[in-house]
Amino acid sequence: MKDLAERAVAGDDRAVARLITYAENGHPDLHEAMRAIHCHGGKAQVIGITGVMGAGKSTLVSEIALEYRKRGKKVGIIAIDPTSPFSGGALLGDRIRMSRLTIDPGIFIRSMGTRGMLGGLTGAVYDVMEILDASGKDVIIVETVGVGQAEVDIIKIADTTLVVIVPGLGDSVQAIKAGLMEIADIFVVNKADTPGIERTMAEIESMIDLGYRPGMRKTPVMATSARECRGIIELVDSIQEHRFFLESSGSLPDYLRKRYEAEIVEIIHKRLMTMIFDEKVFKEKVKGLISRIETKETDPYSAAEEILAELLK
Amino acid sequence: MMKKIRVLVAKPGLDGHDRGAKVVARALRDAGMEVIYTGLHQTADMIVNSAIQEDVDVIGLSLLSGAHMTLFTDVTNLLKEKGIDDILVVGGGIIPEEDIAPLREAGITGVFGPGTPLEGIVDFIKGNVKR
Ligand SMILES: Nc1nc2c(ncn2[C@@H]2O[C@H](COP(=O)(O)OP(=O)(O)OP(=O)(O)O)[C@@H](O)[C@H]2O)c(=O)[nH]1
Ligand SMILES: [Mg+2]
Repeated sequence: MKDLAERAVAGDDRAVARLITYAENGHPDLHEAMRAIHCHGGKAQVIGITGVMGAGKSTLVSEIALEYRKRGKKVGIIAIDPTSPFSGGALLGDRIRMSRLTIDPGIFIRSMGTRGMLGGLTGAVYDVMEILDASGKDVIIVETVGVGQAEVDIIKIADTTLVVIVPGLGDSVQAIKAGLMEIADIFVVNKADTPGIERTMAEIESMIDLGYRPGMRKTPVMATSARECRGIIELVDSIQEHRFFLESSGSLPDYLRKRYEAEIVEIIHKRLMTMIFDEKVFKEKVKGLISRIETKETDPYSAAEEILAELLK
Repeated sequence: MMKKIRVLVAKPGLDGHDRGAKVVARALRDAGMEVIYTGLHQTADMIVNSAIQEDVDVIGLSLLSGAHMTLFTDVTNLLKEKGIDDILVVGGGIIPEEDIAPLREAGITGVFGPGTPLEGIVDFIKGNVKR
């Protein structure tokens, strides 16, 4: 496992890929590898891309990655799509839009299912970011699942969060309802080649003006056409401007701290859930408690208390 | 450990129809697998690179144009060249009976002609993954 970590740090794609698999599956020796990985990380710039389904996120990721390559950066991409709650399987289709990136050795793309996580991300995303970071990627782009309602966990991990919407009646309203206004560091109105772009830009801009207070950084609104490759250079400039803003205001370390905090919470959550629901001793206990809830001898709150009491013993 | 079978579904070559590939992809998902769909016109290089990055257990190739002999074996040859021997390769499409044996010989372990029931493909993959 240590050897695998060393090869990953040296930038070997196969080792990187295998480690990511171990992270996704919760391999028993992962802990050791991640400890070795950690001291090589914390350098990469993390860009989050979220937005409604079909807004053109993957196409945009592809164009942004190509622009960073022109600027001499190595790019890691994490593309997340939903896992079916029924079968546990997933159809991961983001790569379709990234074909042009697959033979560039300076780009590593990994498609991931949410595997039961809500919030638009996947449980192993922190590990995967650390692995890509340690393997020498300068920029990591995370594409969340197409969001509907308040799947805003992306802000826990990204330095710069892009919210992508498209022109069209009601789409900006949709974005407000989904809680996306609050999380955008940059608003992207994609599909600028389609009708209604001016109106949507104006709507978003006036909404931002409403929330603006003097002294604040004003959220930029960028128009792009990922399909026709327009507005991409300006968008990447804007991302770098935000990065510079974080650096010069001294808040970049806060982002990293926030990410580590979210990661610890996730690890503890995962461990506790496995302990309670997968490990034999507890599994039996939980089963017993459930039947006692059924027969009204106890209730879910008391049952949870009992489990916690046992855990904290 | 929560292992899931990961499958890369790719269409090499020039033919532009991916209905069949999508139907298979969906069936594999419904059988609990993680399916990475890469779309049309994939070269052997693209397929193998994607398979490495995605660390898949299976590569599923689909082709209707009849060029399967070269296009499928390009992929298995490249895998061999790179020393990758833990990925199961299967292929489907309009494949004449007499091509099946040479394809198997070349490392395309499962060959599925038209009309192969979807459960047959699912079971074959579950029974033959290498890790
Ligand atoms: N007209 C136009 N179409 C675009 C543009 N960008 C993407 N599309 C198309 O929009 C569709 C969806 O694109 P994706 O990039 O897959 O969108 P996505 O947001 O990643 O989709 P999900 O991951 O499924 O939520 C595709 O058919 C793209 O070709 C654009 O700038 N203009
Ligand atoms: Mg996408």
